[in-house]
Amino acid sequence: MDFINAIVVLTNFTIIPALAYGSQLALGAIFVTLIYAVLRFANFATGDMMSFGTMFAVLLTYYFQSIGLGLGFLPTALLTIPFAIIMMILYMLLIDKFVFSYYRIKKSPPVQFAMVSVGVMFVTQAIIRIIIGPSDRRFLDGEKFILKATEFKEMTGLNEGLTLKSTQAITIVVTLIIVSIMFWFLNKTKTGTSMRAYSDNEDLALLSGIDPKRVVLITWVIAGVLATVGGILYGLDKSYRPFVYFNNMLPIFAAAIVGGIGNPFGAFLGGYVIAFAEILITYAYKRFIAYLVPESMEPDSLMQLLSTDYKFAVSFSILVIVLLIRPSGIFKGKTI
Amino acid sequence: MAFFEGKQMTAGYGDGPDIISSCSISANRGEIVAILGPNGAGKSTAMKAMLGLLNLKSGSVTLDGEEISKISPQDRVKQGISFVPQTRNVFAELTVRENLEIGGFLREEGLDQMIENIYNLFPILSEKKSQIVGQLSGGQRQQVALGRALMSEPSVLMLDEPTAGVSPIVMDELFEHIIKVKKTNVAIIMVEQNAKQALSISDRGYVLVTGQNKFEGSGEELLNDPEVRRSFLGG
Amino acid sequence: MRKYSNIIAAYSIMLVLILLVGIFQSWSIALTILNYCLISAVMTIGANIQWGYAGLINFGIMGYTALGGLAVVLVSVDPVQQAWQAGGLNILICFWIIVVMVVLIRYLLKYFNKSKYRTYGIAFVIIGGILLLRLTATPGIEAIEAVDPAKTGFLGGMGLPVLFSWIGGAFLAGGLAFIVGKIALGLRADYLAIATLLIAEIVVSIIKHEEWLARGVKNVIGLKRPAPYEIDLQTSQWFINLVEKFHSKKLSMINSITERQDALSQFVIDASSVYVKLCFTGLFLSVVIVLLIVTQKALYSPWGRKMRAIRDNEEAASAMGKNIVKEHLFIFILGSAIVGIAGAMMVTNDGLFTPGSYRPMRYTFVIWVMVIVGGTGNNFGAILGGFVVWFLWVEAAPMALFLINLFTSHLPETNSVRVHLIESAPYFRFLVIGIGLLTIMRYRPKGILPEKIEIK
Repeated sequence: MDFINAIVVLTNFTIIPALAYGSQLALGAIFVTLIYAVLRFANFATGDMMSFGTMFAVLLTYYFQSIGLGLGFLPTALLTIPFAIIMMILYMLLIDKFVFSYYRIKKSPPVQFAMVSVGVMFVTQAIIRIIIGPSDRRFLDGEKFILKATEFKEMTGLNEGLTLKSTQAITIVVTLIIVSIMFWFLNKTKTGTSMRAYSDNEDLALLSGIDPKRVVLITWVIAGVLATVGGILYGLDKSYRPFVYFNNMLPIFAAAIVGGIGNPFGAFLGGYVIAFAEILITYAYKRFIAYLVPESMEPDSLMQLLSTDYKFAVSFSILVIVLLIRPSGIFKGKTI
Repeated sequence: MAFFEGKQMTAGYGDGPDIISSCSISANRGEIVAILGPNGAGKSTAMKAMLGLLNLKSGSVTLDGEEISKISPQDRVKQGISFVPQTRNVFAELTVRENLEIGGFLREEGLDQMIENIYNLFPILSEKKSQIVGQLSGGQRQQVALGRALMSEPSVLMLDEPTAGVSPIVMDELFEHIIKVKKTNVAIIMVEQNAKQALSISDRGYVLVTGQNKFEGSGEELLNDPEVRRSFLGG
Repeated sequence: MRKYSNIIAAYSIMLVLILLVGIFQSWSIALTILNYCLISAVMTIGANIQWGYAGLINFGIMGYTALGGLAVVLVSVDPVQQAWQAGGLNILICFWIIVVMVVLIRYLLKYFNKSKYRTYGIAFVIIGGILLLRLTATPGIEAIEAVDPAKTGFLGGMGLPVLFSWIGGAFLAGGLAFIVGKIALGLRADYLAIATLLIAEIVVSIIKHEEWLARGVKNVIGLKRPAPYEIDLQTSQWFINLVEKFHSKKLSMINSITERQDALSQFVIDASSVYVKLCFTGLFLSVVIVLLIVTQKALYSPWGRKMRAIRDNEEAASAMGKNIVKEHLFIFILGSAIVGIAGAMMVTNDGLFTPGSYRPMRYTFVIWVMVIVGGTGNNFGAILGGFVVWFLWVEAAPMALFLINLFTSHLPETNSVRVHLIESAPYFRFLVIGIGLLTIMRYRPKGILPEKIEIK
């Protein structure tokens, strides 16, 4: 019984949150890696682009709520996803047309692209803050929990409760759906294959009649979907705050590089690697161990490897270690 | 009037000096034409000019009597010209079959049939169809490169040093494949370093020196020309 | 003379802008902006050495700035005796444990061939060391942080004059740069950018959360100053006399004695703040000038030529026998050390150390915009970039407010769009900086004052 209790504690406080957080990071990391593979630059506007899409979801959620539109027990925000995605893609295409395409035609070095994306980051942040302001916003409605701790305890008769927030379940399910569709598209369709070919060998792709404009367009469309959905899921699970989204760029980069930049599947797994590392290393194992050892050996301290203050630092350290040992990433970076 | 012809072409890179001047090269369907010459003679440049990868300062390129000097390389590809670069001529991260699919990207129909044809031409590709091309041997990769270029059923195939860096055995095999391709009524232009072997399978050849036509004639004529032998074929 | 004409023109415009702020807003604000411009200029000189001279992209400016700030605390604050007694020994032991760990790992790396056992050995040293560190540090840290937590709760510093901390900042930042450089300089440009950005985050999070070191997010206030305090000035007779003389005309117009006294004390308060800021301006200006002279000399020296050769063609330079790795590491340390000085200058200017305020936006990306906008590879350009961008960063909000009021003046005061826009005025600085960067990169990719290298 104690053993089961211990497992429940661990699942409740580490595995479920890490799966949800990992899914959010994974979507962002695939976004980063896709831009890197096809458009060939590190996009420092990543966090803010995710924030931009989410902003529309937040505003539309408020609007739908005000006219009484909703999904019952599901969050209204899910209803806004298509609209937010469209706005996001339009914005990305606009930015691409007025900013990035110039450097693409000139075949500028990646560093210059990265610098340009810093400019885009500033502009995007300004637009977001001018439209919605910098404050913290919650836009989750509907049923909060799928499984409450007390219900679980009653059901099983265990000491420890297991909670499953609806946002966590939604995050994991939606991520799996989106990512499966994306991998199917990249690997099984003609357009997807042409994208991978373009990313692998641009000159030869052109000689084979692949239209680069189309590839770029489709890349932004997929990127728009990933960024918006990733941003909305994160916002539902935690809350929406522009500054936090900007900062999320850092673990997302870490996930993309750990997974091998340019490799979407690596980025997908990289998201979970970072999330699990952050949570497992900063989790206080006191309660977990207390169930497993005899009472006399119960630990006094929190049994925490690092304080939660260092959550981000953990993922960055992992990145630094990966860069040192295996710069191409755990899953070997390659073009998509 | 030849099927595919570059007439009096003068071109160079950017604002730099002319690499080729008044250079003329032509090829008919079902013919292998070799472009030979010392290093820096402008062999690859002549080929790239015919493909449109660099702009002509003067001269013209015609395909089947039609002037194509002004259109982009992509559009020339659509008109039936296929090009196999010297390096990076396959999609190394994709499988063999995907390489062929991309080669036939512009095909509206008959993709599977065409892939079967390529498999018949290069049987080894059929065996390795699901392998990542980056893991294949050099000779196999060159076959993928040829196969990819043939997928669009081109009327003109241009090869930039197809045998660079492969062993003599593989080279012979590749040349055999090129002869097979020729029999499908394709005009083949290739730049080659291995002049003797190239001429032995070529119908005609051009020898370029400092960007100008120096000698031209049938493969046999060039092989037997004492001056050509002395200067380019090593005696 | 002509080749300097656009430099002189650019700097004159900048000076006029600051003077305009002095006339229209206040002299105190103008001097604050000027001081920050000078600090930014030092940062951009540092970043420009790395990027402009060597093509190294360092997105970790924030980390070095924070270390410079930390140096001010560690050098100038008086030591907290009680805290040292409570836990100083543990911290010192920890320090030695780290030294021993590093020596052991170096020994393993040097004297054993690469093998599984060596890897296990290193892992054992690291894990064992960390456990030992935790065991020693935890009681010490708890004891230190318990010492008068509202005021101290940290070890304090060395109690030296604050100007020494500027050198301390350079050494701390340079030390970090040595470690980072050893780890990350082999990476490709955009990886290096990401790696340095993340390492800087790690550094800041350590400074933020290790309260025994510098109180972390609880901040250290009331730091020493290399300039007089306003309060002291306001009570010194010589200063009051000076102000009285300066404003004698205005004062003589006032008849009532009490009113005159009030006016005088107001003048004295204003003047004291201006005087203090002027002292800082003088100090900062001398740092900028010294750095400018040194970096200009370096740029035209054989060493500068070598660096440019490496930047423009690494392979050729390496074929000619230049040790690129060593040169890159050196320049990375040098640039970071200069950024460290700037970080120390900034905290000295503010008089307080607030680790929570170090954010990548302000301390990395804005600095980079300065370098790009000003002109990469050109020290005059980099400094100008520091001035222009900082000026815009500060003045964008008032300017935006002015424009918003102008364009919405036909709307009623309570109009929701107008209210919303007025509330968002501070965020227009991001827009101005972003559009400025994009415009410069597009139409003047080498910056306002591009790199001009004449053969001498």
